[in-house]
Amino acid sequence: MNVGLEHYLTVSAMLFCLGLLGVILRRNVLVIYMSLELMLNAANLALVAFSRFNENLTGQMMVFFIITVAAAEVAVGLALIVALYRKRQSAHVEDLTSLKL
Amino acid sequence: MVLPDILFYLFAFLTLLFGALVVANPFSRNPVTSAMFLVLTICAMAGLFVLLNAFFLAAVQILVYAGAVMVLFLFVIMLLDLKEEQRRKINLFGIVTGTGAVMGLGFLLTKTIWGGDLNQSANPRVIGDTKALGLELFTKGQFLLPFEIVSVLLLVAMVGVILLSKKELK
Amino acid sequence: MEPTLSPAGYAALTILLLPLAAAVVALACPCRDPERTANRSIGAIALGFILSLGLFFFAGDKAIETNFNWLSVGDLKVSFGLLLDPLSKLMLLVVTGVGLMIHIYSRGYLHGDRSYSRYFASLSLFTFSMLGIVLANNLFMMFVFWELVGVSSYLLIGFWFEKNSAADAAKKAFLTNRVGDFGFILGIILTWAALGSVNFTELASAVELGGRLADKAAGFSVLAEPLGKIFQSTNWWLVHPNVLVTLVGLLLFMGAMGKSAQFPLHVWLPDAMEGPTPVSALIHAATMVAAGVFMLCRIFFLLDIPGSHALEFIAWIGGFTALLAALMALQQNDIKRILAYSTLSQLGYMVMAVGLHSPQSAMFHLTTHAAFKALLFLGAGSVILACHHEQNIWKMGGLRDAMPRTWWTFRWGTLALCGVWPFAGFFSKDAILAAALDPAHRNIPLFVLGVFVAGLTTFYMSRLVLVAFCGNARSEEASHAHESPGVMTWPLVVLAVPTLLAGAVGIDAYLAKALPSEHAPHNEGFLNNLFAPFNHNILAAGFGLLAVVAGYKLARALYTNAGRDPLPDKLGVLAKMARDRFYFDELYEWFISVTQETLAKVADWFDRWIIAGLLVRGTHGTTELFGRALRLVQTGSLQTYAFLFAAGVVLVLAWQLLLQSPAH
Repeated sequence: MNVGLEHYLTVSAMLFCLGLLGVILRRNVLVIYMSLELMLNAANLALVAFSRFNENLTGQMMVFFIITVAAAEVAVGLALIVALYRKRQSAHVEDLTSLKL
Repeated sequence: MVLPDILFYLFAFLTLLFGALVVANPFSRNPVTSAMFLVLTICAMAGLFVLLNAFFLAAVQILVYAGAVMVLFLFVIMLLDLKEEQRRKINLFGIVTGTGAVMGLGFLLTKTIWGGDLNQSANPRVIGDTKALGLELFTKGQFLLPFEIVSVLLLVAMVGVILLSKKELK
Repeated sequence: MEPTLSPAGYAALTILLLPLAAAVVALACPCRDPERTANRSIGAIALGFILSLGLFFFAGDKAIETNFNWLSVGDLKVSFGLLLDPLSKLMLLVVTGVGLMIHIYSRGYLHGDRSYSRYFASLSLFTFSMLGIVLANNLFMMFVFWELVGVSSYLLIGFWFEKNSAADAAKKAFLTNRVGDFGFILGIILTWAALGSVNFTELASAVELGGRLADKAAGFSVLAEPLGKIFQSTNWWLVHPNVLVTLVGLLLFMGAMGKSAQFPLHVWLPDAMEGPTPVSALIHAATMVAAGVFMLCRIFFLLDIPGSHALEFIAWIGGFTALLAALMALQQNDIKRILAYSTLSQLGYMVMAVGLHSPQSAMFHLTTHAAFKALLFLGAGSVILACHHEQNIWKMGGLRDAMPRTWWTFRWGTLALCGVWPFAGFFSKDAILAAALDPAHRNIPLFVLGVFVAGLTTFYMSRLVLVAFCGNARSEEASHAHESPGVMTWPLVVLAVPTLLAGAVGIDAYLAKALPSEHAPHNEGFLNNLFAPFNHNILAAGFGLLAVVAGYKLARALYTNAGRDPLPDKLGVLAKMARDRFYFDELYEWFISVTQETLAKVADWFDRWIIAGLLVRGTHGTTELFGRALRLVQTGSLQTYAFLFAAGVVLVLAWQLLLQSPAH
């Protein structure tokens, strides 16, 4: 069977769902962050697939920028996590909550 | 079956497998394991990019994502000296509802994708080599300004990182 | 109508407004010398009396009307107007004449009282209100002044308000009156709705117009249509126009019931004796309570419509009141109470007369009654003052020799009240009894009742006279009693004149010009009038006199030189019931307290459970519940939020992609 746009998009969707699952279920802050990166990657894949199958280069340009910004974002995010770790001495998401139920 | 298709299925399978292992590793709960598997996921995705004729992006993916971002991740993990994640009380309700929601989302997306008209060209030309990309970025299109702004953004991110990770001055 | 005032109109307006001016001046600038207030009030009413005399003799017999448009709201045009016909001219004379005597008497009676000016201000206000009722040319204006009279009565009964009993009595009078007025205003509204006007002359012509139609009751089936529109069902009004007619009559009569203290609204009049005696004389004997009867005569044409049963009802109420009051009077020991019940009884007679289709005899009796009842009350006041504010007749006695002028005037008043020929009371009472025997509307039971009550009247009045005046003094104060000053006894003498003569001057003939009836009496000259009752209806006259004689003999047998009342021993329980006024007050009190308690309990339940419980606490509880439920959404846990994001996205996407895809 010819691999078409739908296949790539399905892969992207699955990856996205996996990332989302990680965000919801895992308790380690860093793993959550990594799952977030996974979601970003899924989006990248979808964009490139669209770019390829719709003869539009804009998709790849978007991915270019997304990767850049993702890098910057990771840097900042990790700095935040470091700072948070210093405060709470724990990387467990439940320890970071200070709102009383 | 044509070779690209086989390769697609291979890379797709790998991506998904490694992605799953990032999220739910049955063997170890060490975050380092997750990071390693994320690297592998990125590499498999680079392969998919190549299949999609986006060579430059594949390279950038490996260089930047796997090379820089993931390294940064590992740096931080090592810095914080995170051990194995201790098992805490498992919230079954949360797990069930979360999984349910995500599965719902997946179902919806799949249904839409396979549902109908995706508005794609009939016989798309294959484009996406580096030269075209460069031209698009720097001359044609409207991406010059965003390009410059992104560089400023990186500067801002650097400043922010330094500020955020400073130790409290007494 | 244009406000064109003839001289008669001007005179009437002056009569009306002078007492008001006196009252306003008295209230606005209280002088240091209270005598001036008294003089001002007396001057106002004296002028009014002179003008009334002028109007009476010189204004002719046709009705003169003046009108000022006061307010018009839609179809309702209410005007302030004065109507001068024989009825109102006679009443003017009564009110101003008797009022003048009482004003002069009050000067002496209340001499030295602390609130002298307030008394005369209230008295002038009362005079103004009463004259307003007399001169009113439409029901609405009459109602306004009706209420004003009630207010003045309240002020005057409660004049010595430091006494709790006086304040309570004033409240009772006002409240009982209000109950009657409620029916009155319903009647006015109904009349307006039916006949489109509240003006007396317009109403009379409307009814007459209806009367000329073939169907006699159609005068009021004119009502049925507009009323049907109001109530949106024409059916049963049309079938029974009689019901409507009767209803209007009865509602208007309710006003008279309240003001003239008919059963069952009679309870306030005896208590009203808490006021000063001149007040009792003026308001509760001569004028205010007569306003009810006056009103009934004014609207008689509304009551007399063929097919209406209102008059039968009215007659029986009047008769029953007369009987009830007479029975209660038999055992009272307070001189003013006896006179009060006597007033009640005579008012019953008047109302009964109206019910017997004879308003001119009712007005006749009203006129004569005003004179001799005022006389009796003022005489009682004189006696009370002489015995140092003692009102129990068993503590008086022997006053016959001590107070000669009071004695003979009081005796004349009693004779008039009992209906002894040739005093005025005989003629008016005879007219009423004759009306009961009138072949057109014969009512033998009421005739018998009337005769019986005449006998009872004589009995208790003789009891009063024998105990209070005759015999020996029964107490210390009585033995030291002496005649009252001239300012108090001269009004008695002046009032004694009409008490003797008013019967034969042809008042009922004069009234017949305003209140037409089938057998109009005519004025045949003084001497002929003296013997006329015997010629017209020997039965009525004969039985009446017989009752008088019987009553007197019985009283003499029991009460001459009696040390204490022998009746309670003879009659036992009946006497006690009579003395306790047949427990009506207790019954009303019980009824009101039960109603009020029930209502209060219902209101309490409602307030406690519905308002406080359901609405207030319910709202509070619901809000709190919602708040608590919503609070659980804010967990602070990152993962919960992430989950909620995902769930929200799923929902929105589902809605967009699945549910709307057919539309795409």
